[in-house]
Amino acid sequence: MTVIEERPAPPAAPPPRPTNRLWALLRNSWRQLTSMRTALVLLFLLAIAAIPGSVFPQRGVNAERVTQYYQAHPDLAPWLERLGGFEVYASPWFASIYLLLFTSLIGCVVPRLIDHVRALRMAPPEAPKRLERLPEHAELVRAGEPAEVAASVARDLRRRRFRTKVREGEDGNWTVAAEKGYLKETGNLLFHFALLSVLIGVGFGHWYGWHANRLLVGGTDQGFCNTLTQYDDSTLGPRVQPADLPNFCLKLTDFDATFQSTGQPKTFLATVQVTRDNGPARTREFTVNDPLRLGDANVYLIGHGYAPVLKYTDRFGVSQTKVVPFLPIDAMQTSEGVAQFPDVNIDPKTDKRDPALQMGFEGRYLPTAPTDGRATSAYPAENNPMLYLTAYRGDLGLDVGTPGSVYSLDQEQLASGDLENVSGTRPHALKLGDTWKLDDGTKLEFVGTRPFATLSVRYDPTQGLLLVGAVLGLIGLMLSLSGHRRRVWFRVRANSDLAGSPDASGGTLVTAGGLPRTDYPGFTDEFTTVVKAAEEGTP
Amino acid sequence: MAELSNQLMAAAVLAYLIAMVCYAGEYAFGKRSRVGRAALRPAQAKQLVGAGGPVPDDVVPDDVVVEEPVKRGRGELVGMIAVGINVLAVLLHLGGLVTRGVAADRMPWGNMYEYILSTTFIASAVWIGVVLARPAVRHLGLFASLALVVMLGAATMIAYTPVGPLVPALNSYWFVIHVSTIIIGSGIFLIGAVPAVMYLIRNGYEEGKRSFPYTLGKHVPAAVALERLTFRLHAFAFPLFTFGALIAGPIWAEASWGRYWGWDPKEVWAFISWVVYAGYLHARATPSVKRTVATWIALLGFVTMLMNLFGVNLFFEGLHSYANAG
Ligand code: HEM
Repeated sequence: MTVIEERPAPPAAPPPRPTNRLWALLRNSWRQLTSMRTALVLLFLLAIAAIPGSVFPQRGVNAERVTQYYQAHPDLAPWLERLGGFEVYASPWFASIYLLLFTSLIGCVVPRLIDHVRALRMAPPEAPKRLERLPEHAELVRAGEPAEVAASVARDLRRRRFRTKVREGEDGNWTVAAEKGYLKETGNLLFHFALLSVLIGVGFGHWYGWHANRLLVGGTDQGFCNTLTQYDDSTLGPRVQPADLPNFCLKLTDFDATFQSTGQPKTFLATVQVTRDNGPARTREFTVNDPLRLGDANVYLIGHGYAPVLKYTDRFGVSQTKVVPFLPIDAMQTSEGVAQFPDVNIDPKTDKRDPALQMGFEGRYLPTAPTDGRATSAYPAENNPMLYLTAYRGDLGLDVGTPGSVYSLDQEQLASGDLENVSGTRPHALKLGDTWKLDDGTKLEFVGTRPFATLSVRYDPTQGLLLVGAVLGLIGLMLSLSGHRRRVWFRVRANSDLAGSPDASGGTLVTAGGLPRTDYPGFTDEFTTVVKAAEEGTP
Repeated sequence: MAELSNQLMAAAVLAYLIAMVCYAGEYAFGKRSRVGRAALRPAQAKQLVGAGGPVPDDVVPDDVVVEEPVKRGRGELVGMIAVGINVLAVLLHLGGLVTRGVAADRMPWGNMYEYILSTTFIASAVWIGVVLARPAVRHLGLFASLALVVMLGAATMIAYTPVGPLVPALNSYWFVIHVSTIIIGSGIFLIGAVPAVMYLIRNGYEEGKRSFPYTLGKHVPAAVALERLTFRLHAFAFPLFTFGALIAGPIWAEASWGRYWGWDPKEVWAFISWVVYAGYLHARATPSVKRTVATWIALLGFVTMLMNLFGVNLFFEGLHSYANAG
């Protein structure tokens, strides 16, 4: 068991006065809360409370999984929802545990800090009366006056980086008190304060940070600027206003992906044009693991895929070209998507749009279609691009006001029959450059593909500070775990006991004692060395 | 090369098994070996503690081996052979890792199988280091090699993955730093569980318990020594793990995924392990908590590490589940 006092001594009892029960209760609870045992219990609760977050899908990690869970467990899911099971780390019960823990931490370390500062400013305490009772003890005789010997011993201890205090006793005795290993407590306090600062930093980051996602198709005719309306989805911290977002625009000019022969991705490289505050465009490159750092925002490459370019020519000979991103559904980039043409087949004479003649194409894109005709891609790069499409005609349902998905057709319109399959049950296969003639004479041409990149744009103002806090904490931790606090004392007195000695004035009796204040197996060796040095004396 | 790696690993497991048998042999010879006699020390130690009032109970030096002029018995010899074979096993293990790295042309920790091979290698190397520095703990070898064989066997059966390249997300020097420090930290934590278990057993034995698990404690070093070894290993591993999981990991995650911490299942379990081990260090520093209780917390930490090594990859799906990608 360590010898260190567990907690600083409680403040001296207040002068007796009519006991205020409430006050007593509060004070006792506070003492309980800030005790190390409570900290231990709270640490455990924290560990246990973190478990459900790895068992149940978390909205913050993968919102889609939560939806799937709802479908798979329709009875259980609402209950879990109520208990915060899908947002464990934002739930009140999780927060209450770590807030209690950190209150306990503050209550624990602030008094310790005060104590430690006091200890640092105070001289090492006077030697205990009976040094022979200490775990380490030695006696020796040395030549010289007590004062000289004490000074010499103190010199040696100081050289060993002990904090040392020499005191003269009333009876002509001298004592040398020395202490070493303050860094242990300093490190420990640094560590615990760093923990506090990290928690506070995380909180601030949450308040003042923001993030947003955007799927960006390649080409200088595409592109987006950093405003909320141009993102697919976004989250602003509670203290961030949309107008606070920095002003920049991005265009994806090039995207390069290479793959192993097995189809595993090897490298990605996105090249973008960045315009800041309406200044000149600059070309920058970034990749996975190496985001585009813009100072007040970082752009991360999260995913990539292909966007087929489709040209539809309607009954009146008018053509429209669309670049439609298809979302990958497997590692080989088999992708699914939809191309919707709501503004086609408009009679130039009446200029009336007939909602029954809108066109939609749904299907799959295979960058490398296998030779056996299966409808899944064999390789993620475009070695044999193939589109499998089904054509639909009718009301796409885009005008109703409810924003529909841009990756699939409106299911209600399909169910009601307002939108009809006009190409049969087997999807039509199109090679690159192929033109597909539909039943009504209109045409769809597979012009080509463009790459797209899914980007996450983020800003967290405290990230750098957090890193500093974490590193300081680590340093504190190492100091704390490797340090040892220990004290040694020497008592030096004239050797009058040696009666009958030929030189009655020459002898000085030195007693030494050592106390390791924390578990320190090497202390015996150190003590022996110190005593030996004291015996031999240093110049 | 990949084939060679598999063969080396098989040879390493075999060598661990043989070492285990030899350790068991020495164990059976009991106190006739020098190491066996080291275990008899605690009687002395107890007296020492009992004597002075305020004397801390761990002033007993733990590495004093009672050297008596005896001729080396057969037990001694078998024990030396065990250590020799154990060293050989570690070298084979290292060979298996290196050849795998060469075959894949990268660090050999791109998937769960390789990760376990690396972690157990560290555990094993640290173990050998401890044994060479302090022969007195040699009797733990039986249990240490048992733990290694079980983990390696489980890795081969559950997680074997053919050699493959890294996905780009794993291709970063922070990845190397992150994973290597976690591997070293976890390896030391894992091997730290061996003296922890033996401490609990030995402590029971010293308290006079003579039923089954406690009888195993008969020939192992004194409880104080085991407890201190447990603490030293854990105290050494904790900052490494902290750096790997809570600093390097988030740095890499920030560059790779755009957020430094996202409560992905692997992150959750690293956090849980960290909190539990912090709890162990706390408990050990709290005078009112018994050392046995603290040691149980360390073992709980071991369970969470296993969960992180095996369970998370198998049960949960998250960004880290590259383990299954191969
Ligand atoms: C927020 C959660 C906490 C964590 C993760 C944590 C972690 C740690 C760790 C890892 C150590 C061991 C390193 C060392 O010996 O310096 C430690 C030591 C210590 N902690 Fe904490 N701690 C937490 C909260 C607290 C609280 C609330 C208290 C006060 C009640 C406290 C008091 C102490 C003390 C006194 C030590 C020194 C033990 C010694 O003498 O070695 N800690 N803490």
